Amino acid sequence: MFKIVRKADASPAQERVMRGAAVVAALAASALVLALLGFHPIEVYAKIVEGSLLSGHRLVSTFNKTIPLVVLSLGVAIAFKMKFWNIGAEGQFYMGAFGASLAAFSFYWLPAIAMIPLMMVSAFVFGGLLALIPAVLKSKFSTSETLVTLMLNYIAIKWITYLQYGPWKDPQAIGFPKIPKFPDAAVLPELFGVHIGWVFALVLTVLVWVLLSRSKLGYEIAVLGESETTARYAGMNVTRITIVAILLSGGLCGLAGMMQASAIEKSLSDQLSGGLGFTAVITTWLAKLSPPAIILVSFLFAMLLQGGVYLQSALQISSTVADILQGVILFFVLGSEFFLRYKIVRRKGGEEAKA
Amino acid sequence: MASQSYIELRGITKIFGTVVANDQVDLSVRKGEIHALLGENGSGKSTLVNMLSGIYSPDGGTITIDGKEQRFQSPRDAIRAGIGMVHQHFKLVEVFSAKENIVMNEGKGVFLKGKALSEEIYKIGKKYGLMINPDKKIYRMSVGEKQTVEILKVLYRGAKVLILDEPTAVLTPQETKTLFEILRNMKAEGCSVILITHKLGEVMEVSDRVTVLRKGRSIGTVETAKTDPRQLTEMMVGRPIDLKIDRPPVDPALKKRVLSVEHLSCVDGDGIRVVDDMSFTVDGGEILGVAGIAGSGQKELCEMIAGLQKASGGRVVFQGEDILGLGPRAIIKKGVSMSFIPEDRLGMGLVAGMDVVENVMLKSYDSTPGPFMDWEKGRELATQIVEKYQVDTPSIYHPVKNLSGGNIQKVLLGREIDLNPALLITAYPVRGLDIGASYHIYDVLGQQKQKGVAVLYIGEDLDVLLSLCDRIMVIHHGRIMGIVEPHQVTKEDIGLMMLGHHPGEEEDHV
Amino acid sequence: MSQFITSLELFLQLSAQMGTHVLFAILGGILCEKVGNLNLGVEGMMLMGASVGFATGLSTGNPLVSVLAAGIAGAVGALIYGVITVTFRGNQVVTGLALTTFGTGVSGFLGQSLSGQALPETITNFFAAYTVPVLVDIPIVGRMLFEQSAYVQAALICAVVLYIYLNKTYIGLQARAIGENPAAADASGINVTAYKYLHIVAGGFLCGVGGAYLSLVFVPRWQDNITAGAGWIAVALVIFSTWNPLKAILAAYLFGILRGVGFKMQNVGIGGTDFKIPTQLLDMLPYLATILVLVFMTLRKKKENQSPAALGNAYFREER
Repeated sequence: MFKIVRKADASPAQERVMRGAAVVAALAASALVLALLGFHPIEVYAKIVEGSLLSGHRLVSTFNKTIPLVVLSLGVAIAFKMKFWNIGAEGQFYMGAFGASLAAFSFYWLPAIAMIPLMMVSAFVFGGLLALIPAVLKSKFSTSETLVTLMLNYIAIKWITYLQYGPWKDPQAIGFPKIPKFPDAAVLPELFGVHIGWVFALVLTVLVWVLLSRSKLGYEIAVLGESETTARYAGMNVTRITIVAILLSGGLCGLAGMMQASAIEKSLSDQLSGGLGFTAVITTWLAKLSPPAIILVSFLFAMLLQGGVYLQSALQISSTVADILQGVILFFVLGSEFFLRYKIVRRKGGEEAKA
Repeated sequence: MASQSYIELRGITKIFGTVVANDQVDLSVRKGEIHALLGENGSGKSTLVNMLSGIYSPDGGTITIDGKEQRFQSPRDAIRAGIGMVHQHFKLVEVFSAKENIVMNEGKGVFLKGKALSEEIYKIGKKYGLMINPDKKIYRMSVGEKQTVEILKVLYRGAKVLILDEPTAVLTPQETKTLFEILRNMKAEGCSVILITHKLGEVMEVSDRVTVLRKGRSIGTVETAKTDPRQLTEMMVGRPIDLKIDRPPVDPALKKRVLSVEHLSCVDGDGIRVVDDMSFTVDGGEILGVAGIAGSGQKELCEMIAGLQKASGGRVVFQGEDILGLGPRAIIKKGVSMSFIPEDRLGMGLVAGMDVVENVMLKSYDSTPGPFMDWEKGRELATQIVEKYQVDTPSIYHPVKNLSGGNIQKVLLGREIDLNPALLITAYPVRGLDIGASYHIYDVLGQQKQKGVAVLYIGEDLDVLLSLCDRIMVIHHGRIMGIVEPHQVTKEDIGLMMLGHHPGEEEDHV
Repeated sequence: MSQFITSLELFLQLSAQMGTHVLFAILGGILCEKVGNLNLGVEGMMLMGASVGFATGLSTGNPLVSVLAAGIAGAVGALIYGVITVTFRGNQVVTGLALTTFGTGVSGFLGQSLSGQALPETITNFFAAYTVPVLVDIPIVGRMLFEQSAYVQAALICAVVLYIYLNKTYIGLQARAIGENPAAADASGINVTAYKYLHIVAGGFLCGVGGAYLSLVFVPRWQDNITAGAGWIAVALVIFSTWNPLKAILAAYLFGILRGVGFKMQNVGIGGTDFKIPTQLLDMLPYLATILVLVFMTLRKKKENQSPAALGNAYFREER
C-alpha cells in the first residue's frame, strides 16, 4: 500500500527541476499519443519548431501570437494575485477590441498620433468595465466571480457577432458578414518587422512586475487576496483596491484586444481571439503569476499554436493535433504540481516499530 | 477483568514534513473507563487520537483493539472497529439536518427513511440524556447542540469507544457539567471514553485514569484518585511550575482614562442586537477582562472600537475624543491597537501565506511616503521583533503559517506593541499555546500595563481572567451582566453571569 | 384556441428536441459539482462523445453501442480530469479548460474522416421519433413526451432518476455530503476519493452521451465543433437549475425554446411587425439569465439552494 504525505516546501531549484521533468514527461507522453495517431513524433516536433521559429515570417507569426498572450496573462495575473478568479479574459479582450473599434470608426479622421492612444484608452476602459461587473456582484452579493466572468465571455462574444451581422456589417461586402477595415491611422505601426505591440508587452511586463512586487498597491492586492478581513483590519480601503486591481486586470485584457484588432485583423471580428483569453488563464497559472515567467510560457504556447498551423500546411496534419498536444502537456504540468507539495511513500507495517 | 486494556497503542510515531508530532507514544484504555489524555497544546494529543480514528495513518507503531491488531486506512476502518470521535472542529454538513448527519454513512437500505428514523434517533438520545430535534438544520444550531449531534452520531453507530477532543472549550461551566453526566452514563453502559483536554480541573473531576503527553512523547499513566494537579502539571510541563500569574502594581500616576464606551450598540444583518447598550471604561495601567460564551458580542465590540464594524448607536471616547465612525486606519494612527485572534488564529491579524517581513509591515506599510514599499524598513522591523520576542523561525522570509502557534502569536503581539499603542485590544491571545508560551504572553501584557497602556483582554479561561485582570466584565447576549473585581467573585459566579444570571441572584431563581 | 394549443404542443416538442444534448450535459455537470468538483471541460467531453459516438455509429451501425462508446469517450475525458484534480489535487478551473482544449482537438482530429458521411439507417431509424398511442393525446405535454425520439425520453428519465438518487437515497446523501464538507464526509467513513471519481466519471459519461445526441440524432451528420458552445451553456445552466436535476429539465428546455424562437425569428417579426430581435442577442439570454440566477441565489441567503460549499477545493485528509 502507498500513501500520500505532505512534504516540506520545495526549494526554488527543486521546483525548477520538477517542472522541467514534467515538461519532458509531457513531451514523451505526447510522442506516444502522436505515435498512436500514426505520426512520427520526432518529425512532428521538428516541424513545430521549424514552423514556429525557423524563418523570418514564421517567427513574426509566433511573436504575433505571443504578444496578446503576454498582455492577457499580465491582466489575469493581477486579478489572480487578489485571488479573484477572473477567467473572463476572453470577454474583456473582445470588449477592449470593441472599444478600440468604436474609437477608430467614430473618430476616423484623427491622425495616428492621436488615434492610437485614444483607441488604447477606450479599449482599456471597456475591458476594465466588463471586469468590474463581476467585481461589483462579488462585493455586493458575494456572487462567484469564476462563473460570472465565464458567462460574460459569451455575452461579449455574442455582442461582437451581433455587430458583425447587424449594425456594423460592411455594406461593401455584398452580404458577407464582416466589419469594415480600420482607417490606416488606426493600425499599429511596426518596429523591426513586428507590430509595436511587442514594445508595449515588454514595458507592461516590467510595470506589472513593479506593481506586484514593489508597490504598496501590489502589497495591498496580495493581502486582500489572502484575506479580506485582514485587509480591512489593517485599515486598507478594500473597495478602492478591488476596483483599481480589477480595472487594471480587465483593462490590460482589453488592451490586448485592441492590439490584436489594430495590428493583426485591422478590423473587428468575432474570430479575433480564437480562445486566447482562455489560454491566458492557463499560461498565467503555469507562470505562477510571475511576469517574467509569463513571457516565457506565453512564447512556448505561441510556438505550439503557430507550429500547429504549420503542421497543417507542411504535413497535412490537422491543426487540431496541436490542441491535443496542448491538452496532454497541460495535463502533465498540472499533475506535476502535486509532486512539489506531496510525496508518495510506502505504507509501513507496525511490526518493525516495536522497540 | 476490569484491568485488561481494550485499546492498546504501542510505539506510535507520526511525522509531518520535518515535525515529529508523535514519538513512540503508548496508550492503553480499559473498557468502561473515562481516560483523560492530558497535555499542553502542541504535545501531540490530537495527532494521536486522529490516528486512532483513522484520519491520519501512523508512520510507526501498532494499534490493538480488543486483542486484534488494526491497521486503519481510513476513518471508515476505525468506525468499523467501534471507534467514534467528536472532533474539536465539528465535522458536520451545515445544510443537512441533524438526522442526515447522523445517518450519513449508516444507512440501512437504499432510500432515506423519514419519521421512523427521527424517532429512533430521539430514543437513543433520550437514553443518554441528549435532547435535540433530529430534523433541525445544523446551521440553525448552537455550538452546544452541534456537539450533541456529534455525540449522537457516534452513539447511533453503536461505538464502543468515544473520543472527545477538547469538548469543553466551547461550553460554559454548566454545559460542561451536563456533558460529564452524559460521559458517566456512557461509562456505565460499558463504553470507553477518551477525553482530550488541557484543563486539570476537568481531569480531576471526571476521569478514572490520566495519560500525560509532552512534546509528542507519552510521559506516563496514573490513576486520577492517586494524583493531584501539581504532579500532573509537572508531568505536562516537565518541571515544577508556578501556576501563579503576576498582577504587577502600577504607578497610580499612569491611571488616566483612556477609553470610555458609552451606550454602544450593534445590530447585525439579521436584525439581532449583538451588542446591546454597553457602557464601560478602561484606564491606563489597567487590564479589563471580558468573559462570555463565544459569540456573545466580543467580536463586534472589538471591531466597533477598531472601526471595522458599524455601530447602531452610542459613543466610543478614546482619550477624550469620539472615534466612532472613523475608519480603521485613522483609529490605528490614534494609538488603538487590536490583535484579534479568531478561532483559526491566522484569520485576521496575520496573513498566513506571507512571510514575517510582509506581516510586520501590515499596519505600518503606508507610513512611508510614495507609492512603493519600503522593504528595508520591514526587514529591520522583522529582525527586531524576532530578536526581542525570541521568535523561533528559520528566517524572516519564512511564511508565518509554518511557524508554531506561540511564535505566530509573538509576531502578532510584537507588531502591535511596536506601534506603541495607548489601548491594546487582544482577544484569545493564548489560544493554542502551551503553558510556557502562554505565560510569556501574560508577562508581555503585564509589562504593557506597567507602561501605562490600557488593555482590553478578551479571554476564555476563567482562571486566567481571574488572576490576570484588574476587573472583569461579564457579557451575555451582547449585554453587560456586571463588572466585577476578581477577589470578590468565584469562577462559578462568573459562569452563571455568562449564562445570563445577574450577580447575587440565587441559582434556583431561574 | 385549439390552434393555439396545437402550436404550443408542437413548440414544446421542438424545444425538447433542441434541449436534449444540453440536458444530458447539465445532469453530468450536476453530478460532478455535487461532489465538489467544478469541471469546465464539459464542452470538451461533449465533443469527444459526439465524435466517438458518430464514428462508432458509422463502423458498427449499432445505436446502443454508439451511445455507449460516446459515453465512454466522455468518461475517459472526465477520468483524466479526475486523476489530476482528485488524486493530484490540480487546479480544477485550469484542468477543466485544458480538458476542453484536449477534447476539441480529439474531436477535430477524428472529425476529419467523418465529415460528409451519412449514418446507417439502423441508427437513424432507431432514434427517429415514434408515437406512443393514447399517451400522446395528453394535452400540452403529450407530444413533448410521447411523440419523441427515445434519446429525448432517455434524458428525461435520467433526470428523474438522478433527482431520486441525489435526494432520496443514502448514497446520494453521502455524495452531497462530500460536496458540502469533505472532511465531515471522510470522518463519517465515506470514501471521498472513490465517490469523487465515480461521480466525475459518471458526469463525463452523461456529457459524452449528450454530445452524441447532436451527431447521431439531431443533426445527424458530422460538423466541426458540432456542439457550438453548448457545453458552456450547460455549465451555466447547472447553476440556473440550482443543482436540481428536475429543474435541469426546465433549464434545458427553456434553452431549447430560446433556440427555437431564434430560428423562427430570423424569418418572422414579432406579432406580425417588422421588428426582429437579432438571434445573436437572444443567444446572450442563457448567460444573462444565469448571472441573474447567481445573484438572486446569493441575495436570498437561503442555505439550501446554494452551490455545494466545498465546490472547487481539493481535499487532503492529512492537511493540517
